[in-house]
Amino acid sequence: MLQFTILNFEDWRSVARDLRCREICPADVQFLAPDESGLFCNAASSVISPSLPSNPTAFRVPKDFLTLAEDVGYHRAPERWGLLYRVLWRLTNHEPRLLQVATDDDMHRLLMMEKAVRRDAHKMKAFVRFREIIQNGEKHYIAWHRPDHFVLRKIAPFFSRRFKAMNWAILTQDESVAWNQRELKYFQGVNRSEAPSSDDLEDLWRTYYANIFNPARVKIKAMKTEMPVRHWSTLPETTIIDQMLKDAPARVADMIARSEGFDQSARDYMPDPSQPLTLPRLSDSIRQCRACELHCHATQAVFGHGPVDARIVIVGEQPGDQEDIEGKPFVGPAGEVLDHALAEAGIDRSQVYVTNTVKHFKFDRNGNQRLHKKPNSREVRACLPWFEAEWAMLDANTLICLGATAATALISPGFRLQQQRGCWVESKYTPRTIATWHPSFILRLPTQTQREIRMAELIADLRKTVRSE
Amino acid sequence: METSEKLAILADAAKYDASCASSGSGKTRAGSQIGTTEGMGICHSYTPDGRCISLLKILLTNYCIFDCRFCVNRISSDTPRARFTVDEVVKLTIEFYKRNYIEGLFLSSGIIQNPDYTMEQLVLVAKSLRQRERFGGYIHLKTIPGASQDLIDQAGMYADRLSVNIELPTDADLRQLAPEKDGSQIRSAMDGIKTKIQEIREDSRRGLAAPKFTPAGQSTQMIVGATPTPDEEILKTASQLYNTQKLRRVYYSAYSPIPHADAQLPGKSPPLVREHRLYQADWLLRFYGFEVNELVVADDRNLDLKIDPKFAWALANRHRFPIDVNKAPREELLRIPGIGARTVARILQIRKVRSLRITDIKKLRVAWNRAKAFVITSDYNPGVKLLESPDLRQALQPKPQQLMLFDTNQLTEF
Repeated sequence: MLQFTILNFEDWRSVARDLRCREICPADVQFLAPDESGLFCNAASSVISPSLPSNPTAFRVPKDFLTLAEDVGYHRAPERWGLLYRVLWRLTNHEPRLLQVATDDDMHRLLMMEKAVRRDAHKMKAFVRFREIIQNGEKHYIAWHRPDHFVLRKIAPFFSRRFKAMNWAILTQDESVAWNQRELKYFQGVNRSEAPSSDDLEDLWRTYYANIFNPARVKIKAMKTEMPVRHWSTLPETTIIDQMLKDAPARVADMIARSEGFDQSARDYMPDPSQPLTLPRLSDSIRQCRACELHCHATQAVFGHGPVDARIVIVGEQPGDQEDIEGKPFVGPAGEVLDHALAEAGIDRSQVYVTNTVKHFKFDRNGNQRLHKKPNSREVRACLPWFEAEWAMLDANTLICLGATAATALISPGFRLQQQRGCWVESKYTPRTIATWHPSFILRLPTQTQREIRMAELIADLRKTVRSE
Repeated sequence: METSEKLAILADAAKYDASCASSGSGKTRAGSQIGTTEGMGICHSYTPDGRCISLLKILLTNYCIFDCRFCVNRISSDTPRARFTVDEVVKLTIEFYKRNYIEGLFLSSGIIQNPDYTMEQLVLVAKSLRQRERFGGYIHLKTIPGASQDLIDQAGMYADRLSVNIELPTDADLRQLAPEKDGSQIRSAMDGIKTKIQEIREDSRRGLAAPKFTPAGQSTQMIVGATPTPDEEILKTASQLYNTQKLRRVYYSAYSPIPHADAQLPGKSPPLVREHRLYQADWLLRFYGFEVNELVVADDRNLDLKIDPKFAWALANRHRFPIDVNKAPREELLRIPGIGARTVARILQIRKVRSLRITDIKKLRVAWNRAKAFVITSDYNPGVKLLESPDLRQALQPKPQQLMLFDTNQLTEF
């Protein structure tokens, strides 16, 4: 029985070539891994006597066999070299098409080994996690990884191409490799404690990991198949998996709860449609509206006000403090500004229908004061059916939006008040739609001059709506 | 706002995007210092939802002026908002990449100001990564509906893949749920990319030094189950996209519990199983020679949720079985339930050398329990008797799996 200690694929290849040339059959050879060779250790080539005839060109193998053998060579199983030699033997002795027979027992074993190596190599490409350290003012990236097989040399060239302009090292228990932006250097395996133990960026990575996860789908088995638990200790993101799973049901419940809240829009609070709709019936129904949270804190819903045959409809943002108490739109300080502007423009307020985009007052409390707070898009969206019902009741042809909230809700989400103020635009309600400053905006301006300029613009815009009719 | 807060919001907003592929780009760009695109894409991690993390998948911003009813970022949703700067995205990508967390970047965005402005910002990110950072990794940009062709062409110079989301399977669905998006505009954007890819390919065929243009091609995504559109329509749309627009992939995304979903949408999500069946059918269309009308046979024009579409087809076409694995041509082998395209290739190789018995078939990657009723091997196959049995479906139907049930339960609660 001949015995050989094989270090790597090239080693095996030269031994196998010699053995095959000398027609030594697989049963008479034993291949050993370096650590099991013990006393009978033979340096790979020394046992072959030079006096024996050797003719390296005497046989050929398919290219695919070499690729297969090289990959199988990275496998950890000690019997791989013997198995490879047996397949080489059969391939070159009457079974030239053996490689095609994936179901042959020897081939099947080789293919399984090849698959294990490829998978391990792929997982190494995926699961190596570099940690940045600074040494002598230079950045170095160090990883410790535990591969299942001896795939480091298979994969190191890939990393040298990918991280060409970085100094990096991958440490494993078997062997390690470093890249200095010019060449790969291999050195002995090391313990994990030799590698850096943290990297500040890992928290940010975990933030990403936690948030890209969709808690509505939990497939732990699928995750563990692709990311085996034995690799978890070197993957920083896995430390938060438990917490993510604990939080998942609550996150889903939250997603569902919030979406149900929004399922309720004002449409659900409209008067019974079997009877004819009128403005008084609408203003009666709105008192029951619970489509958003605003009803909880406001005194009452403030419905629109004006004659049913009004030709002009003016829409503000939402009732203010005083409107909320009195239950009528534009009766506070902003209402005064509006009245003044309407009068200047020659419009009789009693002939105009005045209402708001959102019908409840939204505010923050500051001591005894209630400070206006802008309604959010969800509240606007939930309340819109009220305006649409009002509009449908009226015979108006002109729509004036005061301020950005009304303009974006009623004209288009991309409407820009600064640029498009005072221009006729077509909305889904009427081609005669125009947007201008909100009176409260004018009131909040810091200087008298600014207030005068904006006031003049507001009046001019309002005047436009009567002049062109 | 801190980068980590933005990342939390803008990754969360991107989690409904189904695509994560990072393959098919071919050779790494010349002159790259960090990053490669060689070989197949790598999944660097997996989240507990079973999905892979290959790319840093984020939105540049989730502010949006559009109001698409199925989308969590629509203007009328009260989701928390954030916006990254171009440099923040570039830095995150590079730093994550250097630690081998990712294959590259998948950048999408809500629409701010106008489509062209938004698209410019996306292009700027890709351009900075390529030119300033000499980044050679994978970049997937989502094109913004309504952005000019010129900007899309620029994006294609820096990106490996571009995608234009078709969003919903039919134009009628689009009108209903995404009124600001326009089906013909979406298709013309796809056309534009296809034409450009063909031009560049033509140039390089004639030996001209053609620049790279989306070497990994284009893909799209559609939301499934937000409207009553049946699977047949969905698959027809997909099939047309593959054939006429030459798309690399069509992604199906089950309309899943999205916070603040809208009243116009069905209150219940379709089971994830439906999404899975659509992917299986998609595969059969692309690699197994099936046609849409063969796969969808039920009266409701939907795929069977309980069994995979190939098995369903075989049950409806028993007269075409059993198939002799040692004699039948490739096209027929591809139609055997439980046997995949790779196994078919292996069978064709092996049978040139020796004939296949049951034990041989079992050694290949075959779902023998399903396949056994449909094949003839060189030895006696008792399983084939089942083919005549009226209980064939019950006998071979996979037992309901714990996981599937879990998913479905979670979703039907919604």
